[in-house]
Amino acid sequence: MILRGRRVMGGVAEGEALVSVDPVSFYGGVDPETGCVTEPGHCCRGENISGKVFVFPTGKGSTVGSYVIYRMKKLGTAPAAIVNVETEAILATGCVISEIPLVDMLDSDPLEAIRTGMRVRVNGDDGIVETL
Amino acid sequence: MFLTRDQERMLEGENGDAVRKSMELLVALGEVFGAEKLVPVESAHISGVSYKNLGDAGTEWLEEQASLGSRCRIRATLNPAGMDMEKWEEMNVSPEFAEGQVRVIEAFKRMGVEPTCTCTPYLIGHVPRMGAQVAWAESNAVCFSNSVIGARTNRESGPTTLASAVTGLTPLYGYRLDENREPGKIVEIGTELKTRLDYSALGYVTGKMLGNAVPYFRGLGSPDVESMKTLGAACATSGGVALWHGEGVTPEAMWAAEHLDGVEKVTVERRDLEEARERLVCAPSNPTYCVGCPHCSLREMAETAELAKGKDLGGRLWVFTSRGVYQEASRAGHVKTIEKAGGRVYRDTCMVVAPLHEMGWEGVATNSFKAGHYSVAHGFETMITTLDKLVEGASR
Repeated sequence: MILRGRRVMGGVAEGEALVSVDPVSFYGGVDPETGCVTEPGHCCRGENISGKVFVFPTGKGSTVGSYVIYRMKKLGTAPAAIVNVETEAILATGCVISEIPLVDMLDSDPLEAIRTGMRVRVNGDDGIVETL
Repeated sequence: MFLTRDQERMLEGENGDAVRKSMELLVALGEVFGAEKLVPVESAHISGVSYKNLGDAGTEWLEEQASLGSRCRIRATLNPAGMDMEKWEEMNVSPEFAEGQVRVIEAFKRMGVEPTCTCTPYLIGHVPRMGAQVAWAESNAVCFSNSVIGARTNRESGPTTLASAVTGLTPLYGYRLDENREPGKIVEIGTELKTRLDYSALGYVTGKMLGNAVPYFRGLGSPDVESMKTLGAACATSGGVALWHGEGVTPEAMWAAEHLDGVEKVTVERRDLEEARERLVCAPSNPTYCVGCPHCSLREMAETAELAKGKDLGGRLWVFTSRGVYQEASRAGHVKTIEKAGGRVYRDTCMVVAPLHEMGWEGVATNSFKAGHYSVAHGFETMITTLDKLVEGASR
């Protein structure tokens, strides 16, 4: 299956999908040391996002979140790629400064089309998400 | 998004990696927000300075930008740090924190950013023209710049303001365009605004009601600069307000008045202002009394000094201001007067971005709804009152 959308940050990456129906805040919502989602009440709480293709609706929270994404990239705990329904400034900034592929505005809802555990390739350059 | 040939070359790396990375960020955000093109900006005000918020992650990123060769092409000033860069020990800030904070400031200096460390650049001579495109972060400064000065900026972040400082460019969207500066709601004020605290409360109530819509205020009276500063700070804190118009007060209000057809009206009464305060605060048992959110103007320094005369403040009153205003206030004798009464005066920082828990604070008393909001969010018992009551409370 191939989904086509918009390139926000380029690059190509592949990994296992982790799908969240809740928005994500990297500041306070994810532990950068371990890569685990820590936000109380979050549908992915306790899940590890390191090396995953992390699929969620959009980002939220403080602008400091951009730096947390960068920190995770440095520590090796960042996701391999991010797929959003529609992204926002904090997440876009974080992915650009950390060089993590980010695609959004796909032609079908990625929260429905992609299931946790599927193998997914994200081609940020062309805005394409492919399930393998 | 359309790019000129020069801009394309910048994006391809012809002007070095620092410029390339900055362009990547601005172009990506331009695409996200549907910007048609990039436009020149005349100045930047950069946030994300306190080590408390940046941590090692942000600090490393800034150092990497400096090492990559990022240099400001336009004037760029800096938001407050987490401590007074000289008197941090007296503030009870740890040496580890101070070390991190110094690294941050040094990285900014290497990039050619003026280490002003203030949230009120507009009080120390960083004043754009009306209509000028600027890239400012820090929500109160964004509000002041858009509303009181009539310059144009979105609510930028640390990385985007730095990218704009390095390239002299920003994507054209949001509050940079006339259509997004039109009023979203008329806010009719049904009570006389008497104190600056009233303006602060009005801002807080408005932000809560409007979210990020543009308020058009009727009945603002004749606010002074300090009242407009605290009004903007509060509505940018409880909501996402980046621009407000005040009938008979702000420079774009007459233009805004031509776009009021069909705009919904809400009314703010005295009881709304009182309720906002009551809902937010309680009675802290051992508060630190603080003034200077946003940073004190020279007039506020003078007023605080006048109220402090003859009092016994015992180190309980903390006053925060910029280095620029501090210098003027020292010359006028205000700093000495406050210190003689047992008050403290700090520069470069404030109660919102300093590591208050680490410094041993137990509670906060403030004359600002912005400071009050963050104080509650950081888990402190908090009270909000007028400046005179604040100084009185600090005095034993």
